[in-house]
Amino acid sequence: MSSTPASPQPLLDARDVHGGYGSMNILNGVNMTLYADEVGVIVGPNGAGKSTMLKAVFGLLNVNQGEILLNGQPIHNLPPNQLVERGMGFVPQEKNVFPSLSVKENLEMGAYLKPQNVKRMLEQVYEFFPPLVEKRHQPAGELSGGQRQMVAMGRALMAEPSLLLLDEPTAGLSPLYMNEIFDRVKKINAAGVGILMVEQNAKQALAIADKGFVLAAGQNRFTDTGAALLADPDVAKSFLGG
Amino acid sequence: MSHPTNTRNPAYTPKDATQTRRFPLRELVLFGALLIAVLAVYALMGAAYSTRMLVEAACYAILALGLTIQWGYAGQFNAGVMGFVALGGFCAMLFSVPVNDAFWGTELPGELGQVLLYGIAATLLVVGATKLDRLGVPKKLRTVIAVVLAVVLYLVVISLLRDVTSQIQSQAGFVGGFGLPPWVGWIVGGALAGGVGYFIGHVCLGLRSDYLAIATLGIAEIIKAFLKNSDWLTRGTATVSPLPWPTPGPAELGFTLSRAIYLSVTAVVIAVIFFLLHRAYHAPWGRMIRAIRDNEVSSAAMGKDINKRRLEIFVLGCILMGLGGGMLGTFNSLFDPQGYLPLNHTFLVLVMVILGGPGNNLGTIFGAVAVYIIWIMSEPLALFLMQLAVAFGEGTFGWDAPSNMDSRALQARVLVIGMLITLVLRFAPKGLLPEKIKSHG
Amino acid sequence: MNELAFFINNVVIAGSVTGSIYAIGAIGVTLIFSIMRFAHFAHADMMTFGAFMVLLLTTAFPAVGASIGVPTALIMLPLAMLLTALLAVGIDKAFYKPLRAHGVKPIVMVIGSLGVTLMLQGLIRLFSGTGGQSLYVDDRKEIFRLALPFEGARAPIVITEPQIYLFVITLVAVVALHLFLNRSRLGKAMRAMSDNPELAQASGINTNTIVAVTWVIAGGLAAIAGTLLSLDVTFKPDLSFFLLLPIFAAAIVGGVGHPYGAIAGGFVVGFAETLAVFNWNVLLRPFQDSFPEWLTLPSNLAFVGTEYKIVVPFFILVAILVWRPTGLFKGKVI
Repeated sequence: MSSTPASPQPLLDARDVHGGYGSMNILNGVNMTLYADEVGVIVGPNGAGKSTMLKAVFGLLNVNQGEILLNGQPIHNLPPNQLVERGMGFVPQEKNVFPSLSVKENLEMGAYLKPQNVKRMLEQVYEFFPPLVEKRHQPAGELSGGQRQMVAMGRALMAEPSLLLLDEPTAGLSPLYMNEIFDRVKKINAAGVGILMVEQNAKQALAIADKGFVLAAGQNRFTDTGAALLADPDVAKSFLGG
Repeated sequence: MSHPTNTRNPAYTPKDATQTRRFPLRELVLFGALLIAVLAVYALMGAAYSTRMLVEAACYAILALGLTIQWGYAGQFNAGVMGFVALGGFCAMLFSVPVNDAFWGTELPGELGQVLLYGIAATLLVVGATKLDRLGVPKKLRTVIAVVLAVVLYLVVISLLRDVTSQIQSQAGFVGGFGLPPWVGWIVGGALAGGVGYFIGHVCLGLRSDYLAIATLGIAEIIKAFLKNSDWLTRGTATVSPLPWPTPGPAELGFTLSRAIYLSVTAVVIAVIFFLLHRAYHAPWGRMIRAIRDNEVSSAAMGKDINKRRLEIFVLGCILMGLGGGMLGTFNSLFDPQGYLPLNHTFLVLVMVILGGPGNNLGTIFGAVAVYIIWIMSEPLALFLMQLAVAFGEGTFGWDAPSNMDSRALQARVLVIGMLITLVLRFAPKGLLPEKIKSHG
Repeated sequence: MNELAFFINNVVIAGSVTGSIYAIGAIGVTLIFSIMRFAHFAHADMMTFGAFMVLLLTTAFPAVGASIGVPTALIMLPLAMLLTALLAVGIDKAFYKPLRAHGVKPIVMVIGSLGVTLMLQGLIRLFSGTGGQSLYVDDRKEIFRLALPFEGARAPIVITEPQIYLFVITLVAVVALHLFLNRSRLGKAMRAMSDNPELAQASGINTNTIVAVTWVIAGGLAAIAGTLLSLDVTFKPDLSFFLLLPIFAAAIVGGVGHPYGAIAGGFVVGFAETLAVFNWNVLLRPFQDSFPEWLTLPSNLAFVGTEYKIVVPFFILVAILVWRPTGLFKGKVI
């Protein structure tokens, strides 16, 4: 299964992934292909294995069968810190900042493995998230939910990832902030970072998605461009609430 | 569903035992080995010595049962067993020692009672002061008043108490006992230990489990400091002996027979405790306790009053420790507050429990007896090995060995106990006779 | 004014001395708590171990200090810190790491650390015996007497040489720790891991390194605390459980997982102890004449006798657990 010479190598290529906590599988054969310039969105009902898939990609739980390739290199079951070195960033849904560290220190932690980049990347992250500049000396725990999400994404960007994994970045945010976050996601993608995110706000997320993956019961149900999925009546009926 | 046909002893079949009973090979082998060890000690050391060892082991088994319900049933770690044991020993002494006429014949008891009354009155006053805000006093002012009042009244009462106690000490030696049968002291000791356990548990059980360990470790040292320094009450380092036995003493029947009778008393107590615990373990109450231990969050969601259950189990464990401490104190016929050591009365019990099988009563009793035999036998062994090392050192290197070799050799046992704890936790965390986990129903 | 000098000697100086020692011990406990999430009961014996290393080295080379005019024990301190740090890392590798790998509950780690404390106790007493020994092997303890600048003040303020070293070393240790935690990459990573271990891992922070660094710092600080304590009085191998309670009380008062809180907590407990055993009669006696006649002060107006000193940290511990279990500075770990 090598890519055709015409199309470049995919950034992320997950093939027939089975996995879960311990030996119990939650994922029963998920396939995903994402290219470097794409935003990928995983949607699906509760318990479909969306976050599980994201965690499997980031090495937080066991992949028992199948393989995951990053830039053609197998990465499944590598520990998270090695994945960070290979260019992957992960923003968990909850507890995604260091509350007692200042905003700046939070960001610095993101570049822990590349301390020489701190200065340059700090500037870039502040460019993506201007509100963080004046808050940079405040403990992250004191920020609002939306600002905290920015810190979390900024922290992940500090390592200059080629692929950024976002677990429900807009959960619990007001619609205003939600749009702002999606806006930033597009901008980050335009700057050359591939993005794979799990979203509950499926419609809005698919609207900015180059690729959408609809999961159900740990398997792919639909895979297409975001726009095509939004237009598909089957998807709309079963997964987007009509 | 029980299967009476598959069990050996239908009377002991718990109602929720769903699994079929296997042949208890492991238990038989272990207890068989234990029996051989006991017989070997009898053959080597003589009947009087060995029976004493068995009585002490039996008393330790009661302590170990107390710890196994706290740690094994409920996952609470009590690092201050020593304190509860000492309380039991103190009560056994206080209630059984003959009445001291040099104290009761004077006006000292009246004065002591007066000071205690002052103490109660002072407590009531301070408690009243904390409620002043209900009369419209601002809260901050109330706190200041209460604190100042507490400090002043405390100083007044403690000075009065110091006066009386030093008089008692100089005129009567110490308050003496009540001249009652020792078992009264055992029961009161259990109750007192339970009361202290209630206080500690009440403070700590809602918090991280580490805090309970810290607090119990502290209270144990405090109880010991109190007993050691309250000469008017316990004669302190001067020690109190002999403590009368509830059974005929060695003077009447000789060592072996009198100790054997005492052993049968302890055996009966253990049997009763064992039976009651067995019933409780399989009753709904026991299932609830284990459910809380194994999954606190979900049992809280099921509406179980976790802290109350935990407090019950903690107090129960402390009561057993007080009781066992009382029986041990009476048997030793000596109350020496300095003789209570964390190593002998806390960590030894801990090793018994984790080695025998936390949560498994039979395993705990096995652990208690087995570890106690090893413990007792290790003393001469440690000395022997040390002497061997010294002889070797002197002969080979001309090493000038320190003179206090004996006390140092005993420190080697501290090392061994510590090593045992860490090794068991790592390689046999469930002990030799693991708790048989059944469905929590 | 003699009473004032007495108060300064017995409360201010004595409280600062005990407070510093408790503070340094409590920092170690609180750091371990914040990174590994368990109460490390072997800490007091690590302190004893550190002091014992100093004793051994000082006994081996008693004359080193005289050449530069510093007590030999102080010169040996860095070496003892290194040895204690190595011991701490080794203990972690041998005993705690396997338990962590099994994913045991924190309370099992606590029991494991009790096992370790017994092993350390046994080893130290096996080699040192159980009696007290002075760390001033060949050196002399200087004692400074400062007269108070008041008329009629005959009693001087007494401060000993080791106490001065103690204050200086405490200050240096605290400043160094502050700089480490707030300026260095490793220190920030340590705080990050204490805040959120999963996220720290997801940021590429190697948690094993942080654990090792924590042990190095805790071991080094334990050696400092143990040595300072032994310099001030004598080296005693059997203090363990008497030190644990005040140190844990200090860590909890300050808010567990909060190094600065631990410092504050250490001084709170240290001063509470000295204030509680101080005989207040000494201060009130000069005013005896102005009291009403019916009021005669008892000669002993101390809250607790020195033999009951251990009640004080326990009382503080219970009070804080009842009223504010997160500690004065809102600890992270409850």
